[in-house]
Amino acid sequence: MNKYFINACVFAAGVSSVPMLVQAAEQPSSSYNPALSLILSGTYGSFSRDPTKYAIPGFSLASETGPGDQGFKLGESEISMSANADDWFSGVLTASLSPENTVTVEEAFIQASQLPGGLGVKAGHFLSNFGYLNSTHSHTWAFADTALVYRALLGNNYADDGVQLRWVLPTDLYTEVGVEMMRGDGYPFGGATQNGNGASTARLVMGGDVGASNSWQLGLSALRGSAAGRKTHVTDTSNELFTGGVGVDGVDFVWKWAPNGNVTERNLTLQAEYLQRHEGGTYTISSTDYAVSDMQSGSYLQAVYQFMPRWRVGARQDQVQANTPAGVAGTSLDAQGHIATRQSMMVDYKRTEFSQIRLQYSIDNSNLTSDNQVLMQYVLSLGAHGAHTY
Amino acid sequence: MKRHVTFAIATLILSAPAHAALSIFACEPEWAALSEVLGGNAVEVYHATNGLQDPHFIQARPSLIAKLRNADLLVCNGASLEVGWLPVLLQRAGNDRVQPGNAGNFEAAQYVEMMDKPAHVDRAMGDLHADGNPHIVTDPRNILLVATALSKRLQELDKPDAAAIQVRYEKFAKDWRAALQRWEASAQSLRGKKIVTQHRSWGYLLRWLGIEDVAELEDKPGIPPSSEHLASVLQIVKKQGVVAVVHSAYQDASPSQWLVNQTGIKEVALPFTVGGDEQAVDLFSLYDDTVRRLKEAL
Repeated sequence: MNKYFINACVFAAGVSSVPMLVQAAEQPSSSYNPALSLILSGTYGSFSRDPTKYAIPGFSLASETGPGDQGFKLGESEISMSANADDWFSGVLTASLSPENTVTVEEAFIQASQLPGGLGVKAGHFLSNFGYLNSTHSHTWAFADTALVYRALLGNNYADDGVQLRWVLPTDLYTEVGVEMMRGDGYPFGGATQNGNGASTARLVMGGDVGASNSWQLGLSALRGSAAGRKTHVTDTSNELFTGGVGVDGVDFVWKWAPNGNVTERNLTLQAEYLQRHEGGTYTISSTDYAVSDMQSGSYLQAVYQFMPRWRVGARQDQVQANTPAGVAGTSLDAQGHIATRQSMMVDYKRTEFSQIRLQYSIDNSNLTSDNQVLMQYVLSLGAHGAHTY
Repeated sequence: MKRHVTFAIATLILSAPAHAALSIFACEPEWAALSEVLGGNAVEVYHATNGLQDPHFIQARPSLIAKLRNADLLVCNGASLEVGWLPVLLQRAGNDRVQPGNAGNFEAAQYVEMMDKPAHVDRAMGDLHADGNPHIVTDPRNILLVATALSKRLQELDKPDAAAIQVRYEKFAKDWRAALQRWEASAQSLRGKKIVTQHRSWGYLLRWLGIEDVAELEDKPGIPPSSEHLASVLQIVKKQGVVAVVHSAYQDASPSQWLVNQTGIKEVALPFTVGGDEQAVDLFSLYDDTVRRLKEAL
């Protein structure tokens, strides 16, 4: 064993404290030359239950809400372009290429950059400002998959066409109110009801610091709208439809700690959300109509700790539950008295800000029998790398 | 009750000052300190970071958005030092005054000559800044260049206080030139000394004092060094008469201590910015302390 090798190991642990220059190799972008970024991700999954038969009793799930695929699987490759159009407007396009050779517009929006008085405006197709996790892209998540409650109630996340207005109040304590008027096409809505004006959201966020080492943010969100012929539980031969009103309310809380606010060495993030959804209308399941008024809810609590530079560990507890409306026994809406839970643990290594390798283990009791899940994941961020939100 | 409220409001309106102090959002402690020196009581300065934080890595916290929303002037380092967090704040604060290109956006690095501008950048070479080394604060001659530009900008934005700001600037410039002579005279003995740095943040300081940086512990900024590189650093230290390894107070000292243990050279922790250690309480004491610590070790 070579002495320098040992030295290098000791050193690698210590030197990693050294600040990295995030901005790195980015060439200055110009309005003629949009900033380009590419996210590459892939997983190796091992599930003790067949992931294609994934279900949560009591929920008629939206498409692509499963735990993933067995074995090697390419994730979505995300391409993002952004630039200023002029002194007033900037635009962002984020498209994802699926391994099945489809292209999805994740986000395509414009925003105003010169508004005064704490105002912000966004228009186009975007991830709604609802909740904490909803507007985040998957490559920024601390776990390989999203929270169970987002999977069950929002079909992973709610994105739609519309307009967003935000206002930061002129107060010392950060306070922001935001509203969105949306088309009503994205799950949990569908069918762009009310002449393509079928959904709206509202959000209040407050936040501040406690000393130099701690900071927090608290958010309250509401989502209202309606669905017409919303398709769920889609298979090659059948699907389930819902027409009616949908409302989701949420509360989210984040607490971050870093000694003296220096996040490079050690830092801790605690994050929790609670969501509740009401639906009132008609489910059509196997050509039978069920008039339902149901309530589903769920929460997650997670802690992610960077115990030394580049290395993080995390733990997450998930839970979702649904009440069972009368007369739906035997359908996907029959919760069978089951409360779905999942416990996850992860460890990840970031060589730089631009690469990440993660190992995650979950005991997933979404369904009536337990599923042991192991996920290995890589996420690489190439090209321009946008600043991260809180 | 109603009368009390009316009275309270009237008192608030009447007691408002003739014009409010200019609200400054300063990204780093050195530019906060400079803003306070030049602006005096005409400005109110918010320190977005402290001397123990790494300015590359700041979370875009809610409190920062709230402060930037109400700022009249943003005073930051620039040269993409804050690119990991400032763009989010600018996007979220809804404050047109401080957007790039407007009078309320001041970037210090625009007023000094940048070192180490790479001809070619690739992330395989580590995290290099395309705009050059952003750590301009380590050369006090840069502080004077930035002070000249910042004084002009403050006078533009705060016309009623322009004369007072000019007076403060002239006094600061005079004191600073005197201090520069003092530091340079005191640091004469450091010329030609050879050191190793832990991270590539001291280029401006070393050029100013004529100290030779013969090796960096990180051969690629931000990436743990290979064992071959560490072996070569050990060889360089032994062959070339290196006297010390330098790192900033906010960095973990263990890589430097590793080298100290291997070679017996001295370790120097420099404050890097105002508040970086207990002695560096303002801009003058920052360089007093920096020169003193170097002289003690070299």
